[in-house]
Amino acid sequence: MPSICFYFQVHQPYRVKKFRVFDIGKGHDYFTDDENEHLNNETILKKVAGKCYIPTNNVILGLLNKHPEFKVAFSFSGTVLEQLERFAPEALESFRKIVKTGRAEVLTETYYHSLSFLYSPEEFNNQITLHQKKVQDIFGVRPTIFRNTELIYNNDLAKTVELLGYKGILIEGADKILGWRSPNFVHRAKGTNLKLLLKNYKLSDDIAFRFSQQDWQEYPLTSKKFAAWLDSHDSSSDIVNLFMDYETFGEHHFEDSGILKFLGNLPGEILKNDKNRFVTPSEAIEVHEEVGELDVPDFMSWADIERDLSAWIDNSMQKDALKKLYILGDKILKSGDEKLIEDWRRLQTSDHFYYMCTKYFADGDVHKYFNPYETPYEAFINFMNALSDLKIRLKQTRSKVKKDLTPNKTVTRIKVKNNKGEI
Amino acid sequence: MTGGKNHKGALAGIKKWLNWLWNSSEKVEKEGLIEESAAPKPSANVAVKHTKRNGPKILMIGWELPPHNSGGLGVACWDLCEALVEDFKTDITFVLPYDAMIKSPFMKIKNCDSINFGKIAKNFNPKNAYSYPKRGLPKAEAENLEDDLVAQVERYAKEINSAIGSESFDVIHAHDWLSFKAGIKAREILGKPLVVHIHSTEFDRAGGDFIYQKVSDIEREGLEKADKIIAVSQFTKDKIVKHYQINPDKIEVVHNGVSYRRSEVSPSDVSALKRAGKKIVLFVGRMTIQKGPDYFIKAASKVSEVMDEAVFIMVGTGDMEKQMIEQAAELGLSDKVFFTGFVSGDEKNSLYKSADLYVMPSVSEPFGIVALESLINRTPILISKQSGVSEAVKHALKVDFWDTDEMANKIVAVLKYGSLRNTLQKKGAQEVKHITWDAAAEKCNNIYSGII
Repeated sequence: MPSICFYFQVHQPYRVKKFRVFDIGKGHDYFTDDENEHLNNETILKKVAGKCYIPTNNVILGLLNKHPEFKVAFSFSGTVLEQLERFAPEALESFRKIVKTGRAEVLTETYYHSLSFLYSPEEFNNQITLHQKKVQDIFGVRPTIFRNTELIYNNDLAKTVELLGYKGILIEGADKILGWRSPNFVHRAKGTNLKLLLKNYKLSDDIAFRFSQQDWQEYPLTSKKFAAWLDSHDSSSDIVNLFMDYETFGEHHFEDSGILKFLGNLPGEILKNDKNRFVTPSEAIEVHEEVGELDVPDFMSWADIERDLSAWIDNSMQKDALKKLYILGDKILKSGDEKLIEDWRRLQTSDHFYYMCTKYFADGDVHKYFNPYETPYEAFINFMNALSDLKIRLKQTRSKVKKDLTPNKTVTRIKVKNNKGEI
Repeated sequence: MTGGKNHKGALAGIKKWLNWLWNSSEKVEKEGLIEESAAPKPSANVAVKHTKRNGPKILMIGWELPPHNSGGLGVACWDLCEALVEDFKTDITFVLPYDAMIKSPFMKIKNCDSINFGKIAKNFNPKNAYSYPKRGLPKAEAENLEDDLVAQVERYAKEINSAIGSESFDVIHAHDWLSFKAGIKAREILGKPLVVHIHSTEFDRAGGDFIYQKVSDIEREGLEKADKIIAVSQFTKDKIVKHYQINPDKIEVVHNGVSYRRSEVSPSDVSALKRAGKKIVLFVGRMTIQKGPDYFIKAASKVSEVMDEAVFIMVGTGDMEKQMIEQAAELGLSDKVFFTGFVSGDEKNSLYKSADLYVMPSVSEPFGIVALESLINRTPILISKQSGVSEAVKHALKVDFWDTDEMANKIVAVLKYGSLRNTLQKKGAQEVKHITWDAAAEKCNNIYSGII
């Protein structure tokens, strides 16, 4: 009986290359590392496209063709869309095909997958506008549902997003905000009419994290088993939101783990119970009544155990880097230098700060798995050196602008007499 | 490499050391040769306390103990024994090849008193002791020195009987090649298992330079005849397997710890430099090939190109000292690189506290307790990947010793970005609390249990 809402996040950052102090003031491409493969964005994008995007898209397309009831939702960061255009156009084309079926909803997020809401409301707005345009250009659609970077959310965000015209937003179904409530119902953001779709983290993570874990009680997870779990929610839930990183399929869990087969069989198994149906996020909020207001005064996210901001804003390096980055915002935007602005924006992607996290560094944790740098310290050093270079370029641009505004010597000076008759 | 010290200087130094040794209650002046530790020094008249020990009875065979140590070996032995006794009530008898009149409150110290003390003194150059035989000597002299030392080592083995006496022991635990022959002999006499402890190998000490073959042979013999081998790091274990073809199952890794007691002081006169806005980068170690001082200076040169306020303090002496001073001058760094010569104990710790960064550019470092000492003093570290300590610490910057570009890059980053320094310092100080001699003692105790 519950509606099933699948949502996949597709994102790649522009990883900062190995940037030494000696590179400051010299070459300015921060995002193309030709010497270190594990930092080369093109290589990485192509690899992920080959292991995840293309094969999984094939499965999804197959499902959309086979089951007219099947629906999904995607959100693409602007940075991944750009990289797909440049490095893997076939993969982008397969995404287009999916969206063209009309049963794959596209969401809005910040173009640069940034923490801009926390630091600069102006920049946040800019990035929404940019993202809307990109999505329109590539997919020809105008999203009505929003999701913020890493599902970072609080009441204030809801107000802003509602003012921008969105009808609903995806958030994490964290225990600390739910209390006795269930994530399997549509809620409403406090003080607004914005509808909230809450991720069912247990079921989502069963697929996204635990699928290949051999020591997991439920291993191996079959589509039959999972469909049965969904069925057991029959009367107690309106909707089950399965939100996850698209890289779950083929990247985090390799194809030989059986995850693509699992995905391929799952909708069929779910639809065996004819009371089940799939919904897109906008359908979900239309079809299901909201059951009440949800108060989220403090920021939360879908990251780590804490589900808060500590994955990106915890140690003094992260705070320092973010502060120094955003403080340049005003001047950089005023400079009008497009390349400078783009580079500044690419440095805003949340991944950079995730790489600097030292929370569990000693335990060799999940951050390390995602970290293309050897240590959080290396990530910080590269970032800050690039930022130092950006600052120098900004200074040069501003002094250049000043020079251009200085009057030309050949201009005739007009002598003006003041009240006393002096010149 | 330039030649070693001239004989006249060495002789004068040794005479001084001899005098000091006989009057062991006197401290060596700062220009003296021996590194002091802050180990408690009870007077010779106080009887050693022996509370009940019900742990295994261990015969430790070593070559030096503080305060008459010249490097890390003696301190490591002392601290390890102290932890063993405190945590596991181990009954330890520690043998030295000469009577250094050291007393310990937690273990019996014995000596083989028939070893010719004078001969030991002549060849025992404390400045390089932990890497002896000495490097940087002309070939003939080096060979003589090697022969002399090997003769002493063999003599130690002959005389070990006198230290054992009629006592019985459960395990023999010998530290580094100098003690191996005596350890093997003790095993024959007692019929008990032998554990050999590798604090460094001949290949580390050589740092890419020539190997003393006879020394290496003795090392091999000890490794082959031992019942169990302890290596101070995986890095060292890999070296043992590689160079001596020992079965890795025979080797257990026991990381060294660090002693807090030796590290509590207040910042030093280097504060004048700090008030002038200078950032201080510290090198502490022997000026010998193994410690990579030349890489430090090359990195210093690169740092100075982009950062004017960085100064580099090099603490220590050794066969490469003169060469380093010349190299710094040639690179135009005489106003940036300062040589303090030999600095010990409290003063050394206060330098750690004042520094912004400690750099350990070792070519081959079996462990590197010095790096941990820096962390205790809340100074972040940049360490060579070719070291044992780099496998034990996560919150540190690491670099290949030869990559002076990256070394300079990381030095500048720490000096320039305060939040980087703060995070490394804070996390490093937390992390080092778990790298203890107690942990090492526990591992040793388990090894003993396994072979008794």
